Amino acid sequence: MARITMREAISQAMWEEMERDPNVFILGEEVGVWGGSYAVTKGFYDHFGAERVRDTPIAEAAIIGAAIGSAMTGLRPIAELMTINFAFSAMDHIVNQAAKLHYMFGGQFVLPLVIRAVGGGGRQLGATHSQTPDAVFAHFPGLKVVSPGTPADAKGLLKAAIRANDPVLFIENATMYQVRGEVPDGDYVVPIGKSTIQRVGKDVTIVTYSKGLEISMKAAEELARDGIESEIVDLRSLRPLDMSPVIESFKKTNRAVIVEEGWKSFGVGAEVSSRIYEQAFDYVDAPVMRVAQEEIPLPYNRALEQSALPQPADVIAAVREVL
Amino acid sequence: MDKAKLLDLYYQMVLIRRLEETGAELYQAGKIGGFMHLYIGQEAVSTGLIAARQPQDRVITAYRDHGVAINCGIPVNQVMAELMGKTTGISKGRGGSMHMADVTRNFWGGHAIVGAHLPIASGLALGDKYVGRDGVTICMFGEGATNIGYFHEALNLSKVWTLPVLWVCENNVYGMGTSVERASAVSEIQQKAEGYGMAHARVDGMDVLAVYEAARKAIETVRSGSGPGMLEIMTYRFRGHSMGDPERYRKQEEVRKWEEHDPIGIFHAYLTGNKKIAVKVLEEIETRAKGDVQKAVEFAEASPEPGLDSLFDNVYVEEV
Repeated sequence: MARITMREAISQAMWEEMERDPNVFILGEEVGVWGGSYAVTKGFYDHFGAERVRDTPIAEAAIIGAAIGSAMTGLRPIAELMTINFAFSAMDHIVNQAAKLHYMFGGQFVLPLVIRAVGGGGRQLGATHSQTPDAVFAHFPGLKVVSPGTPADAKGLLKAAIRANDPVLFIENATMYQVRGEVPDGDYVVPIGKSTIQRVGKDVTIVTYSKGLEISMKAAEELARDGIESEIVDLRSLRPLDMSPVIESFKKTNRAVIVEEGWKSFGVGAEVSSRIYEQAFDYVDAPVMRVAQEEIPLPYNRALEQSALPQPADVIAAVREVL
Repeated sequence: MDKAKLLDLYYQMVLIRRLEETGAELYQAGKIGGFMHLYIGQEAVSTGLIAARQPQDRVITAYRDHGVAINCGIPVNQVMAELMGKTTGISKGRGGSMHMADVTRNFWGGHAIVGAHLPIASGLALGDKYVGRDGVTICMFGEGATNIGYFHEALNLSKVWTLPVLWVCENNVYGMGTSVERASAVSEIQQKAEGYGMAHARVDGMDVLAVYEAARKAIETVRSGSGPGMLEIMTYRFRGHSMGDPERYRKQEEVRKWEEHDPIGIFHAYLTGNKKIAVKVLEEIETRAKGDVQKAVEFAEASPEPGLDSLFDNVYVEEV
């Protein structure tokens, strides 16, 4: 067990999979000579060479389209989008092509494809570079969407994504690259589509993922000082969405707060709370509450931006309301 | 080209024509649904082009794909069954008219979002280059697709990475109802290849042998490792854009003028004139093609609908 950063965990996963399988390669903007805009692929170009660490033009449709086509021939591309905000320039290829080609041709095309994209706000990048549009992508059957909240899950889920024979969108959060955590040694793989309990409690169920996990953990520590024990379920995968641990926990606590960094409307919280009502209505003791980003394009000003993003205090307030 | 091959090309072109005519009737009768785009008038393009490929060469095209499917070797039975949405269709009734493919015959689809398959074609070619196969990816698209961003991203990437792609523009003059002059900055599409430093040529798409010769040269040039190239093939669709086209954008005289240059008629004249092939031989081929389409209709009619229990098949490769 080593204590490493999220960045190191993601990097390790790719490095190990590229050593393991010559068909795994990386393509994207500045992934090679530069070493990755977020330094995730630092050292890869020198070790694996230009054929396997391919710098692309700034052309997102070409990046994802080429990843799709090469995956159809049997390669295992990892396409890096510099940020998830640029995914919109490749939207057709992600949702109209990657998500549909296997089904639409009766299973003939297989797309073992990973799209890595980093999102999230809080870095004063302005409205177009600060989004958390995870729910948008989770809307489409045919895609798998995962987003880890710990270095261990980052490594394990990315290795699973690279080995998967379906297209996987792997969403990272830019403010979490320095987060440290224990990562098991050896070939550590976390299955896609399995939620997990990150903190055990009996009073309230907090359902979250990615950056929301960090926020929720802080809130839970503070609540614990008042004797309120939160159980935290980390979804890890948005599609397929594993509700079992959520429902199991909810049946115990009868109260839930859902925490996400994206917007509330039509978001992850909306989906999860709806499923709680559908699957555990008889156990509901209080309205299911959602904590999310204010419904604005994020501003540049630091204080304004922080006030629009979900904070531990927002989670605490929501928990107190459902108790 | 030997006589047997010439006659085979004639058979393919006539088969496509009969398939499309019959498809139109079945569509009117409500037996084929969705959007359907006929290849009538353009048969020489894909017939000549695909006759020039080697087995390792991939073909990918847009939504006007029935003819391409036939030229790639998909049995007409499976094409017709797909049109009727049957489980015996080449895409198991999931794709329909616009989404036919057969990976075993190196046909990578029928794609219905204009231009979106061009970046995918770059990826197919990258797959071959990456592992050192000498295949060429032949990517067909209409002239209308050259105005969308995907075209430019894909051509640029293919040149930057020296990918083995032959870009084939089927210039049939209209993108739906908007003529090339009204939609494109340059109406001679091959000029666009200049901007990407690619070799290019323009060829008469009503002459199947001219297409074949140009394609053969272009494919082998790409295969030699010199990077991507472009062919612009001049053609014309005799029918509407799709089955629901009121054709307000062109005059019937214009269509009739082009019909005088029917690619099947031109090839027929060549075979009987230059090659001294008896008209009777060609009539036998026409009868055979007609019979094959009729049998395909019977096959498709008799084929089962996909079971409703198969609704969720192939959303993912791995169970979720």
